[in-house]
Amino acid sequence: MSEAREMIRVEKLNKSFGDLHVLKDIDFTVKESEVVVLIGASGSGKSTLLRCLNYLELKNDGKIIIEGKETDPKRDDLNKVRQKVGMVFQHFNLFPHKTVLENVIEAPTQVKKIKKSQAIEEAKSLLNKVGLADKADDYPSRLSGGQKQRVAIARALAMKPDIMLFDEPTSALDPELVGEVLATMKELAKEGMTMVVVTHEMGFAREVADKVVYMHDGRIVEEGEPNQLFDHPQEQRTQEFLSSIL
Amino acid sequence: MYLNIIKFGEALIESRSLFAEAAWLTLKLTAISIFIAIFIGLFFALLKISNIKVLEWIANFYIFIVRGTPLIVQIFVFYYGLTEIAMISGFWSATLGLAFHNGAYIAEIFRGSIQSIGKGQNEAGRSLGMNRSQTMKRIILPQAFRRALPPLGNQFIIGLKDSSLAAFIGLTEIFGAATTMGANTFDYMTWLLVSAVYYLILVFLLTLLVSFVEKKMAASD
Ligand SMILES: Nc1ncnc2c1ncn2[C@@H]1O[C@H](COP(=O)(O)OP(=O)(O)OP(=O)(O)O)[C@@H](O)[C@H]1O
Ligand SMILES: [Mg+2]
Repeated sequence: MSEAREMIRVEKLNKSFGDLHVLKDIDFTVKESEVVVLIGASGSGKSTLLRCLNYLELKNDGKIIIEGKETDPKRDDLNKVRQKVGMVFQHFNLFPHKTVLENVIEAPTQVKKIKKSQAIEEAKSLLNKVGLADKADDYPSRLSGGQKQRVAIARALAMKPDIMLFDEPTSALDPELVGEVLATMKELAKEGMTMVVVTHEMGFAREVADKVVYMHDGRIVEEGEPNQLFDHPQEQRTQEFLSSIL
Repeated sequence: MYLNIIKFGEALIESRSLFAEAAWLTLKLTAISIFIAIFIGLFFALLKISNIKVLEWIANFYIFIVRGTPLIVQIFVFYYGLTEIAMISGFWSATLGLAFHNGAYIAEIFRGSIQSIGKGQNEAGRSLGMNRSQTMKRIILPQAFRRALPPLGNQFIIGLKDSSLAAFIGLTEIFGAATTMGANTFDYMTWLLVSAVYYLILVFLLTLLVSFVEKKMAASD
């Protein structure tokens, strides 16, 4: 394969909430099939950056180019972009009034207007893939946290996104349930999904990430391959952060 | 004052066809007005959460008017207003008056229950590419409606009892039937108690219906 396609390009991105300047001149690229892990202290702007990428937050300034296209929230249909960019949340956000299967087919049938029978077929194969085929007819309240998160992943994948964003997907889980979710994500990475992951799971970052990005106080301080960044951090802030968590 | 139990029992039995008809009228008044009030309430609840100042203001004004004036005044305004302008029957002016009144309270119930659904649900819908109205209709409202059921049930019961005020514009619903019989027999107490029995039965049945629906909708818990 020649030079990999650029899936996400962020230039001089700035975002404020009122007086609070949360993202400061962020430059950032993600290539096709890359797995990028964002790390940083609480409040450093990781979630905000992720949420800007699928327009759950709107930037103040700068450029966000997704698959070569810049989107203008005022003019363009954000729903179109969001269909290409799946998101998995820390607290799952499954639809509690719908069964697992209904959660997964909701967007394909409502947004893409896919025939229900076909959506069900695809949903079942996705649930099979995340190891939850037998839970299709259960309501989310019956599932463990790890199962809920795997359903959330299947739900996002049902839209056949080109990019998947994960915001601390295992932070709300009991320790013994973290592994099953990480395993699902590894699988996805192996299949070539482009992924941006905010996580505190350094083992996952080391094993799966192509690039680790360290954020501090709204800026990207340092980025690099996992081994380089973890073992030979260049910046003092990065060193301090890493020694505080390891 | 003393109450003759036997006389009361006889009155209850003898008047059953009159009161059955009156109860039917009460039910129609209540059911139709509440049905309309649900749509009015949903409409104004959506205005209130629209984040558009003018729309919020319109909704607040409507609720201000309903809350700030007695229901009996509202019913009479509808009665004299509507029967004159639109040649509408007493039944329909009472129904619309009650719907107008209950709509405001139901709007507040819906607004509260919609806002009680965490913003994560909205974000989950939007992040899947669903638009605002799809997310509202398919994700937020079904959950909000479930949460609204207990206070809604309460409002339905209030609406049922408030429909007694339609007697003042000449409708022979339960209370109207009681006052008519009271005037005819010079024995108001007996007939008011008869009417109380009918209200109790209807409220009881309504309570059963609401808890049945609540149970059905609790399938996902
Ligand atoms: N909707 C909002 N309104 C106002 N301030 C916000 C909002 N969202 C985030 N912030 C603020 O922006 C800053 C960055 O928040 P963000 O959630 O992006 O951090 P984070 O790196 O994801 O932290 P954590 O590890 O705790 O999740 C914080 O100071 C936060 O309080
Ligand atoms: Mg965060």
